[in-house]
Amino acid sequence: MSESHSAYFIPEPSRWPIVGTLALFVSFIGGAIMLNGSGFGTFILGLGAGAIIYLFSGWFSDVICESIRGSYNRQVDTSFRWGMSWFIFSEVMFFAAFFGALFYARIYSVPWIGGEGAKLPTHEFLWPMFEAIWPLMTTPDATIEGGTTAYNQIKEVIPAWGVPAVNTLILLSSGVTVTLAHWSLKKNNRKGLCWWLFATVVLGFLFVTLQATEYAHAYHELGLKLSSGIYGSTFFMLTGFHGFHVTMGATMLTVILARSIKGHFTHENHFAFEAVAWYWHFVDVVWLGLFIFVYWL
Amino acid sequence: MSEAVIHNGHHDHHDHKPYGIGRWLFSTNHKDIGTMYLVFALIMFFVGGAMAMVIRAELFQPGLQFVNPLFFNSMTTIHALVMIFGAVMPAGVGLANWMIPMMIGSPDMALPRLNNMSFWILPFAFTLLLSTFFMPGGAPAGGWTMYPPLVLQLGDGFPFLIFAIHFLGISSILGAINIIATVFNMRAPGMTFMKLPLFVWTWIITAFLLIATMPVLAGSVTMLLTDKFFGTSFFSAAGGGDPVMFQHVFWFFGHPEVYILILPAFGIVSQIIPAFARKPLFGYESMVYATASIAFLSFFVWAHHMFTVGMPLTGELFFMYATMSIAVPTGVKIFNWVATMWKGSMTFETPMLFAVSFVVLFSIGGFTGLMMGITPVDFQYHDTYFIVAHFHYVLVPGAIFALMAGVYFWLPKWTGHMYDERLGKIHFWLSAIFVNMLFFPQHFLGLAGMPRRIPDYNVQFTEWNMVSSIGGFAFGLSQLILVWVVIKCVRGGQKATDQVWEGAHGLEWTLPSPPPFHSFTTPPQVTDATAHS
Repeated sequence: MSESHSAYFIPEPSRWPIVGTLALFVSFIGGAIMLNGSGFGTFILGLGAGAIIYLFSGWFSDVICESIRGSYNRQVDTSFRWGMSWFIFSEVMFFAAFFGALFYARIYSVPWIGGEGAKLPTHEFLWPMFEAIWPLMTTPDATIEGGTTAYNQIKEVIPAWGVPAVNTLILLSSGVTVTLAHWSLKKNNRKGLCWWLFATVVLGFLFVTLQATEYAHAYHELGLKLSSGIYGSTFFMLTGFHGFHVTMGATMLTVILARSIKGHFTHENHFAFEAVAWYWHFVDVVWLGLFIFVYWL
Repeated sequence: MSEAVIHNGHHDHHDHKPYGIGRWLFSTNHKDIGTMYLVFALIMFFVGGAMAMVIRAELFQPGLQFVNPLFFNSMTTIHALVMIFGAVMPAGVGLANWMIPMMIGSPDMALPRLNNMSFWILPFAFTLLLSTFFMPGGAPAGGWTMYPPLVLQLGDGFPFLIFAIHFLGISSILGAINIIATVFNMRAPGMTFMKLPLFVWTWIITAFLLIATMPVLAGSVTMLLTDKFFGTSFFSAAGGGDPVMFQHVFWFFGHPEVYILILPAFGIVSQIIPAFARKPLFGYESMVYATASIAFLSFFVWAHHMFTVGMPLTGELFFMYATMSIAVPTGVKIFNWVATMWKGSMTFETPMLFAVSFVVLFSIGGFTGLMMGITPVDFQYHDTYFIVAHFHYVLVPGAIFALMAGVYFWLPKWTGHMYDERLGKIHFWLSAIFVNMLFFPQHFLGLAGMPRRIPDYNVQFTEWNMVSSIGGFAFGLSQLILVWVVIKCVRGGQKATDQVWEGAHGLEWTLPSPPPFHSFTTPPQVTDATAHS
């Protein structure tokens, strides 16, 4: 429809939105059946996940073709920028919910169960032996002698100044390398672009690998699990969702790298690159929050 | 997908539309998507309404008459989820889809494919949610607020409930992103922010609320999911968590959510009252700032939903005062609507009737809200029928009346035909009378101590429950008139002019009725004369 609107771009009817809806629908059904304890659900979830991959590759290849054909004007570019920025903001708010849970547990619920403030009777009557400390190594229900606990007790937590500090360095460096790649792109330096992007991707996956080894260590040696009370819950949910976002980001960077090698993007027209770079900085900033509030303080 | 190929054969068609089922499934057109949203909302309005009828039938008399208590509680739970996420929100988004591009002078929404996905998610998300009725353990029955630990006792429906919420959240976030991109980026030359029609303003602010809170809802239900299936202890004190924490996280979403439901309604009323008072909106700028203030404050009042939960006193006080302060910008809005009508040459066509009754009846809901915002007093009202009366006043003769006003106001623009004014007026008067008969007695019931979400009650509450139920059935039946008016109007009727209403101003009224498939093919130049008023 682009030629009838000289100033505007309106995409033709597209099958991708409904494909996307169905892919998510199938995944949700599969996930729900799986959680209810049927292996059949896992199979459906797999189908849904496959459909989601098909969706992303299909939808984005349409967009890339339109972009290469020159269908997009500056206005479309700006719409994409608004879209991506507010999508990232929504992601920030998603993490905010879990940070909220972390702060609530540390400031309110754990001290209250330990007898602070007006909640003294809870402490006295339910778990008089419970001591409020953070990291919470022993869950309240494990402090009753001879009682049973629903949760794994932690032997040790992961100290901030080991692998997490190294990971901080890795992610911060990857923020630098992706910026260097952007500078190279703006100077039309294709070689620099590809190599700095490659370095970013390597750093990204290195981070994920180190996180995975830390998880294995925590599960097998430290007794720190998702089911280790509120410390384990907040620890794994925050770092887990972050790790998932890093994996997504690194995958997106890989696609951008492949496109860069193929010769996509010009020094003035490369919003896909910028969008992924924004996303990458976002996972970087979230990590800093995690490093400070989950590992360090 | 190729524009070039499709276009070669179609140069001579001025206004060609895609045809068949594909027109709807693959649509990238804001009007078609808007229509789908509105039709879906109407269907869900009757689905949710049918559940309300079951509730009112059961409560007609004390004792257990028709349904078992678990099913009754499923009815209250799913009625709320359907009405909030299936009727009021989609109706608001549908109006936004139809009107915003026309009001700001653009051909369509900024991200049309995303727009399509935002809509199509809805029927599938509700398939997930409503399928729980047929599962072991039944549909969710612990209230739409999904408080743990009760909600964790749900059977096989539990993960379906959680994923339905996730799915709806995705739809809302995508829709909100689209609205922000559209208004910020697609305005016609000369359409400055302070010339935007108020409906557009309220929608931008609503979109920000959606983007900021829907992810928090997603996070809170994700924690429910992991507590149930993966051994986390967010909401279990035995593991160091706290069930009350869920309420905090939930209402951090939940309170802005009530403004998500009502702000677009404010916008609609702010379009309609000036048109039928034949006067510009009084205090346009203060309306914008009041709307923004309400939205901003809505992030700091959430715990007034949980005054009785045992918060520290400082918390109770903070949330009480913060809640009270929202009355100030809301008062500004009510004042401005009344001042717009002051000395106007008013006529009372159906949209205006709904809009004026919105101002009056929404204010009643606002006042009962203030009553419950006072912490010590809330201890008396909490979880009684008083709260049920309160939020139904702000949502039914509040949000839904405004949405209906909007439908009557814009229906001639959409279809090109005038609706049947006589039937519209009958619909209004029946709705206005019976909605009060339905909800006003619930104030008395609540003050006398009748608890909400219970299928049985003490015999002393019988009379007012009967009155309320009769009002409910009559209100529900009256809504069939709306369906008839809409169908009749789509099929034919007196030809509508471009401006439709004598006092209506703004870009949308400069387009033909019905408007072309793509609203503005070249950007219109906006001057003071073509701006909102």
